[in-house]
Amino acid sequence: MRKIIGIILLCIIAWGIFMSLAKIPFGKSESKVGNYYVEEGRRETGATNIVTSVVVGYRAFDTLGEVTVLFLAAIGLGAVLATLKDKSRAVIEDASLILITGCKFLFPLILLFGAYVFIHGHLTPGGGFQGGAVVASGFLLAYLGCRGDRISKVGSAIFESLGGLTFVVIGMIGLAIGSRYFLSNFLPKSQLNTLFSAGIIPIIYIAIGFKVGSELSGIIDQMMEES
Amino acid sequence: MIIIVSLLVLLMFISAIAALIFKDLISAVIAACMVSLIAAILFFLLQAPDVAMAEASIGAALVTAVFIIAIKRTTRYEE
Repeated sequence: MRKIIGIILLCIIAWGIFMSLAKIPFGKSESKVGNYYVEEGRRETGATNIVTSVVVGYRAFDTLGEVTVLFLAAIGLGAVLATLKDKSRAVIEDASLILITGCKFLFPLILLFGAYVFIHGHLTPGGGFQGGAVVASGFLLAYLGCRGDRISKVGSAIFESLGGLTFVVIGMIGLAIGSRYFLSNFLPKSQLNTLFSAGIIPIIYIAIGFKVGSELSGIIDQMMEES
Repeated sequence: MIIIVSLLVLLMFISAIAALIFKDLISAVIAACMVSLIAAILFFLLQAPDVAMAEASIGAALVTAVFIIAIKRTTRYEE
């Protein structure tokens, strides 16, 4: 009986979503603000990647909120896991030589790729969140392969705080000088398609990359410690 | 192009249903990981590489790892 009710409810929800989406033409943009971002985004923010120009340029304040949500989630998980009593350290057997060597070989390459993704966030696809997640998956590999090695809690906390602080401080500087609104782009935009362009966008994306990377690595660290 | 996308969507449906049916939770998590992976490929084919990267690294790698760690602490088989 419960299953039938569930299926009926799911059908109603699917019908509602389908009806609301059916009126939107696929692949065409009817919204004025979206077209404005596509046409003027490059000139106004200096970022070649339009997604970045929206995420860190026009909607940077939203991104600050998003980063805060991730921060709160990491803190909440830490608080929940800290209440667990039994921290029985099971004896972990060593990984095989092939696994250890492979992990040690791949780990710096994954970190390098993650750093590339968030440093070039304003030029190529990707950005702080994606780069941070790639860095965290590198740490996950290191945890699975080179067992026993742990990231330092202090280091991860320092990088996390520095990332968040950089974001807010740059926003405050933008409030003080330049166009006088929070997170305004006060640095010179320079030439399009070069690494040192787009003003504050690369700096903020690097800060977000460090913050997200250390937060997600911290989450993995806590979960691996408990298991 | 449309054939590739349709095949991928079909595969995604099959993996999603498999994730619901499997009694072995590890297999279910791997099937869910496959849904994320195919979603990432679809995002890339539909020209949204930013979302594809996020989906591949978070949906396929980190979430799977978190689920597997959670299963390791609880039970592996569903009654």
